[in-house]
Amino acid sequence: MIAEIGLAALSLAAALALLQFAVSLAGGRLGEVRALVVPVAVAQGALTLFAFAMLIWLFLRTDLSVRLVAANSHSLKPWFYKVAGTWGNHEGSMLLWVTVLAVAGAALALFERRLPDKALQATLGAQAALALGFFAFLLLASNPFARLYPVPPEGQGLNPLLQDPGLAFHPPTLYLGYVGLSVAFSLAVGALVTRDVGPALARAMRPWVLGAWVLLTIGITAGSYWAYYELGWGGWWFWDPVENASLMPWLAATALLHSINVLAARGGLRAWTIMLAVVAFSMSMVGTFLVRSGILTSVHSFAVDPERGTFILALLTIYIGGALALFAWRVGSVREGARFDLVSREGALVANNLILSVILGTVFVGTLYPLFVEAATGDKISVGPPYFNAVTGPLTLALALLLFLGPLLNWRRDDRPNLRRIALPLLVSMLVFAGSFLFGAMSPLARLGLAVAAGLTVASIMPLVGRNLRRTPLASWGMVISHLGVAVAIAGAASDTAFTRETLAAARPGETLTVGPWTVRFNGVDPVAGPNWTAVEGHLTATRGGTALRLDPQSRTFSDPPTETNEAAIDTVWDGQLYTVLGRQEPGGRWQLRLWWKPMVTLLWLGGALIALGGLLALIGRVLRDRRQRMRAREAFA
Amino acid sequence: MKPKLWLAIPLIVLAFFLAAVGWRLSSPPNPTVKSRLIGQPLPEFALAAAVPGKPALTSADLKAGEPRLLNLFASWCVPCIAEAPVLVDLRRRGVVIDAIAIRDGPADIARFLADHGDPFARIGTDPQSQVQMALGSSGVPESFIVDGRGVIRYQHIGPVMPQDVPTILAQWEQAK
Amino acid sequence: MRAAAKHQRLVLVLLGLAALIGAVLLAMWGLADRAAYFRTPQDIAAGRVPAGEPIRLGGMVQAGSIARQPDGVSVAFVVTDGPASVPVRYRGIVPDLFKENSGVVAEGRLSPAGLFVADTILAKHDERYMPPQLGNQAAEVRTKDTVER
Repeated sequence: MIAEIGLAALSLAAALALLQFAVSLAGGRLGEVRALVVPVAVAQGALTLFAFAMLIWLFLRTDLSVRLVAANSHSLKPWFYKVAGTWGNHEGSMLLWVTVLAVAGAALALFERRLPDKALQATLGAQAALALGFFAFLLLASNPFARLYPVPPEGQGLNPLLQDPGLAFHPPTLYLGYVGLSVAFSLAVGALVTRDVGPALARAMRPWVLGAWVLLTIGITAGSYWAYYELGWGGWWFWDPVENASLMPWLAATALLHSINVLAARGGLRAWTIMLAVVAFSMSMVGTFLVRSGILTSVHSFAVDPERGTFILALLTIYIGGALALFAWRVGSVREGARFDLVSREGALVANNLILSVILGTVFVGTLYPLFVEAATGDKISVGPPYFNAVTGPLTLALALLLFLGPLLNWRRDDRPNLRRIALPLLVSMLVFAGSFLFGAMSPLARLGLAVAAGLTVASIMPLVGRNLRRTPLASWGMVISHLGVAVAIAGAASDTAFTRETLAAARPGETLTVGPWTVRFNGVDPVAGPNWTAVEGHLTATRGGTALRLDPQSRTFSDPPTETNEAAIDTVWDGQLYTVLGRQEPGGRWQLRLWWKPMVTLLWLGGALIALGGLLALIGRVLRDRRQRMRAREAFA
Repeated sequence: MKPKLWLAIPLIVLAFFLAAVGWRLSSPPNPTVKSRLIGQPLPEFALAAAVPGKPALTSADLKAGEPRLLNLFASWCVPCIAEAPVLVDLRRRGVVIDAIAIRDGPADIARFLADHGDPFARIGTDPQSQVQMALGSSGVPESFIVDGRGVIRYQHIGPVMPQDVPTILAQWEQAK
Repeated sequence: MRAAAKHQRLVLVLLGLAALIGAVLLAMWGLADRAAYFRTPQDIAAGRVPAGEPIRLGGMVQAGSIARQPDGVSVAFVVTDGPASVPVRYRGIVPDLFKENSGVVAEGRLSPAGLFVADTILAKHDERYMPPQLGNQAAEVRTKDTVER
């Protein structure tokens, strides 16, 4: 019964989306329609949320008469993973996607008061059109509530490798981010329809983009740490297609975030901001599609299903193509934005946007290049870290250098930029650059990275110097903290590249190895067992000066499916991480050990967290300020 | 700047993307390497009997001049239950079926055969999956058609479902 | 700058176009010598693979060819695709699925002497696997009920 109720709610929500779209399309001819569209959008969101709750309920009860539950759950799973299993599969994740889309539409309908009626109506129409396509996809091609007969005795989903708290939270975080960008997309489409692009649009769009961007930042940072500790390869970013799929929307959202500020503050960059809003959500859809369709082979592979792939591809074509065509048709009639000088805050933000776009373009080309080549010549190729590092590394540093000056410039024109304020950061950078030669050989990129990171640490707080800190708006704090986070993250990455020491050796119990400043004694191995795995656990004691650490890396064998994983043992000390992996026993009786000493690598994720925190502060600041202004306006009116 | 050709550039990029992805969808890569074994002789093995009273299975049994269907199954495998009636049907149609029980115990196998039918002429037990690995099989159920000289002619991954029966029978005829 | 302000949108459009073209050129430059082609031992035997170029070498690990080196962490083996074969050296922990007569993909470069030096070994295995169920007993009893019904 529950499955049928869920399906009915979903169908009803789809019907409401159709109604919402049709009413918005008819628009002014129906007179005042806001009173109709808003409740419909809210009801649609509520129904979709209800359907999703029903699916979670089915998973919690392990109702095996539902195909999805039978294929992906198991009665013996801990309840937490039963719930997480709801979105750990294709249909469930698509339902989550639609749920977020519909709830975002409902929230927009409920809380958006800045936009004129016509613009809101067009925006909700666009949001309904987006939802409609994905509703159709769910109902026609991947019904999560489909029944299974005969009812199987037990579910199939007890894969221990998928029972990981990281995997439970990672996809929803990214999805919330992706779909948050859908609101920016709809707002852009609405603005193109009404030809009304201005600061009001930017202010309406900003909290959504900020929120989505914060979630994407958290998702990417967490994903990076997950890959770091789980894969046991010592790296933190592998340029895997799945990673790129989350990076591309983030890059577009970052650019959008900055151009929105120009539009909100100065009314400039109108067409460009609209374009970025379209691109950001397009990248989210493309990313989800690439990951879910298994079009690009990756470490995290999902099954290819041509039929569903074609369906989603058709949706992508309609939405992205439609929005881009609308853009090409209408943008000429969007009034040109306010002018500015080359040396101005706007100028710096344009430069920021250009660099981010170039990074996005190169990641996009690199990710899809194997597909293009195979389609054109039949050659199978792979594009990996050598390409992406070489191309994005210098661009990232250029972007960071721009950060020395950009936030200090005045809006519109800056005839006498305060160059004294960038003198100190530049001096710091040069000193660190010179100092880095004391540490011996390292790649030029790492050297520059250390220098830029050090300078940017100082430069990022310069906008606060000389200001009354109490009266500095939260959004400015957010900007400073995010920019500081960029410096910290670059410092972590550069330090990892420059100073990591690696030892790979075979050792007998009792032998010692050295890695960087650490002396590591291999004490031996013991067998250990978990609920569904057995492992050989190595015992290591690492000493440096008076510090002693115990590390127990495992070489784990899971029984079903039979897989072997290396559980790295990682210990964090104040100035870095010791990362140890136990390999296998070689025929001579020695054990393979791979040890890394990674000075300051922790800064990388700390930086990511700071970037997200800055975004969160800015979001809170913007929302509070908006509310205050509305209250004040209402009081003035009363 | 009236014509505004630049406005079409994003659309062109999109078209390229769609072309490449559409091509991939229409000609999906085949990631499984299943055909590698076809035309190869079976690896040598000699497995103990899986259940008392049923002959054991060695690779020599599969070179006896007659084609045979070699089925890899396990009592713990839910899809194997699904294919069991289909195998019984194939047996009725004259297909000789031998089996290897993967990582299984005699009592469990006996109960499985009692519950779901026993179309098998011989059953060998492979408790460590060694023969399974040597065969290049990665999961259960999986079935091979082996001709009278012990050469693998056909490999079927996953449960044999009713819609697979014509293919299996055709391959069987060819292997004769 | 003042003069440019008159046609600011045009300037911005041109900048955007320059960025786009720049990105494509940059990508093409980067891809020219950094994309790793998938090659087989036959390609190498035919002299189609220049030394020093990053490639992915795919094939089977030849039976009896795996030789572990005295340092305990290096391994030498031969990758073959039937007609041709290539000697490979790798220093590191090999994956679980790496064994004789099984598929392997090695990332690395060919040395001028014809030895393939691998940086990464990816063992290939069919990914389709049906997991055996835990809680077997309960499963069997309920299966019986279902099937009989």
